[in-house]
Amino acid sequence: MNVPDDLLYTESHEWIKREGGKVRVGITDHAQSELTDVVYVELPKMDRQANAKEAIAVVESVKAASDIYAPVKGTVVEVNKALEADPGLINREPFGQGWIFVLKIDNADDLKNLKDAAAYKQQIG
Amino acid sequence: MRASEIFPLLLGPGEDEGEEWKSSQRFESFSRGLRHMLPSLVWRVTEAAQKKTPLYDEHVRRGAKMVPFAGWLMPVQYTSIVEEHQAVRKNVGMFDISHMGQLIVDGSDSRSWLNTMLTNNIDKLKVGQGQYTFLLNERGGIIDDLIAYRISDKKFLLVVNASRTDEDFEWLDGHRANNVRLGDRSAHFGGVAIQGPRVTELFVNLPARNHIVDLELDGMPISMARTGYTGEDGVEVFFRKSDAVKFWNLVLEKGKDLGIKPCGLGARDTLRLEMCYPLNGSDLSPERNPIEAGLGFFVDFTKLNFIGRDVLLKTKENGSREKLVPFKMNDKGPPPRPHYSVFENGERIGEVTSGTLSPSLNWGVGMAYITAPHAKIGARIDIEIRGQKFPATIEKKPLYKKS
Repeated sequence: MNVPDDLLYTESHEWIKREGGKVRVGITDHAQSELTDVVYVELPKMDRQANAKEAIAVVESVKAASDIYAPVKGTVVEVNKALEADPGLINREPFGQGWIFVLKIDNADDLKNLKDAAAYKQQIG
Repeated sequence: MRASEIFPLLLGPGEDEGEEWKSSQRFESFSRGLRHMLPSLVWRVTEAAQKKTPLYDEHVRRGAKMVPFAGWLMPVQYTSIVEEHQAVRKNVGMFDISHMGQLIVDGSDSRSWLNTMLTNNIDKLKVGQGQYTFLLNERGGIIDDLIAYRISDKKFLLVVNASRTDEDFEWLDGHRANNVRLGDRSAHFGGVAIQGPRVTELFVNLPARNHIVDLELDGMPISMARTGYTGEDGVEVFFRKSDAVKFWNLVLEKGKDLGIKPCGLGARDTLRLEMCYPLNGSDLSPERNPIEAGLGFFVDFTKLNFIGRDVLLKTKENGSREKLVPFKMNDKGPPPRPHYSVFENGERIGEVTSGTLSPSLNWGVGMAYITAPHAKIGARIDIEIRGQKFPATIEKKPLYKKS
C-alpha cells in the first residue's frame, strides 16, 4: 500500500500535505482501497471554519457514507470541484487529483499532533 | 426421478426414521442489516464470537474484506462491489451462502402442520419443488422469509436467513404438532449461490426454475436448486461442509473462461435491491406484514388456518397504513441510505429501508415504507440526506430491467 513519506496522516485515514500556511487534505490509498468505488463526494463549504476532528466532508461508496474530518483547526479555502463530476478520482489518484480540500491553518504547531508515514504504516499494518 | 432419490444429501447417509433429531448447538447469533456493516471509513472487524463458514480461509486467501454479518464473518467484497455486481449481470458470480440455515421438517403431519405455519401453500409443491414463503408471528409480522422445498412426500427443507435460523427453529419447535419432527441441519452444510446468465454454460442439466435436484460433481454429492437473489438465472448449491473448499475452487476453475468472479455480500445487496427483493432486518421485520411489504402474492388466503391470517386479512381489506415502495432519485447526487426520512411537500411520510447507488443504472435507488395515500407509482417524493431534500420518484418493481 502506498504511504508517501512526505505527507502527514490522521488515525481516520486522511493525508495532509503542508503548503506554507495551508494544508491540502485527501484520503489515503489504504482508505480508498477499503471503500472502493467512490460514487459521491460532498465537499465542504468554502470559508467554513472547522476544528480538528470535525466532520466537514462526506465520501460515499456504493455501500457506505463516510465522514471526512478536518485534520487540524482551520478555514476551508479551496475545494476540489473535479470530484463532483468524477468522484472516482479518489480511487485512481488518492494522493494526487483526488485531493478533497485545502485548509488555511490557524496554528502550525497543531500539525505536531499528526502521524508521520512510519506511524501511519504501523497503524494500517 | 423417484421420490426417495430426492435430497439424500441433506437427509444424510444412513439417517433413518429412528434417528433422534436435535437442534444443533449454536453460538448466539444476532440480526444485523447490511447497513450496520460499515460503521466507519475502515471496517472494524471483531473476530470474537463470530462464526466462520467452511469457506472462510478461502475468502481470506483470495483477499476478500471480511465483515461481521448476522453473527458470521462474511466477505463483503473481493475487489469491488461494482465489478462483482457487473460480473453477475453479464457473466456469472459465486457467493458463499453457507451462513444460511437449513431446517428439515418431517413426519406424518408435516405437510398439514407446515401449512398452518407458513403463508404460501405447501400443497402446491410437487416433490423436488420449492416456493418463497413467510413465517409470521400472531400479529402477522414477519419472523422470516424463506424458501420451502418439498424433498419427499412428507419431508420439507426450509432454507432460512442466517440471522433468523435460531429464532425460526425455536418458533417452529414451540408450535410443533405431535406427528412432526424438526431438525436443524445448518451446521452440517456449506452452500453457494452461482448467479448470472452464463451459469447455463457452467452446468448441464440444470433443474427447472424453483426446483431442487441431487447431483454428483467430481465425486461430491450436491443438491442444486434453480433459485437465487439477484434477478439473474442461477443456482443455489448445498454440499457437505467438508466438500466446501473443493467445490468452491472447482467452480471458480471451471468458470474462469466465462469470467466468473467470487462475490461478496455488498454485490448481493445491490443486485437484490435492483430487483426489489426484500432483505429481512431491513425491509422486513416482525413489525411489518407481507401485505404492507407488497408481497401478498406469497400469501394464500384460501388456506383457512395459518398463523397471522386474521391480521393479514384485515390489512388486505382495510388497506395498510404504510406500503413498501421502490424509488429512484431524480438527479445524480448522494445515494439514498437506510433510515433517511421521506417527505412530500414538507410533510414526513416515511423512511428509507434500503438504498444504494445502483451499479447497473449508475443512479441512486432504494425502497421505503411510506404512508399508503402517498404510495402511488410516479408520485414525486423527497429524500432527506444530511439535512437537505433531494427529489425522487416512486417506481414500479423491479428498479432494473434487463434490456
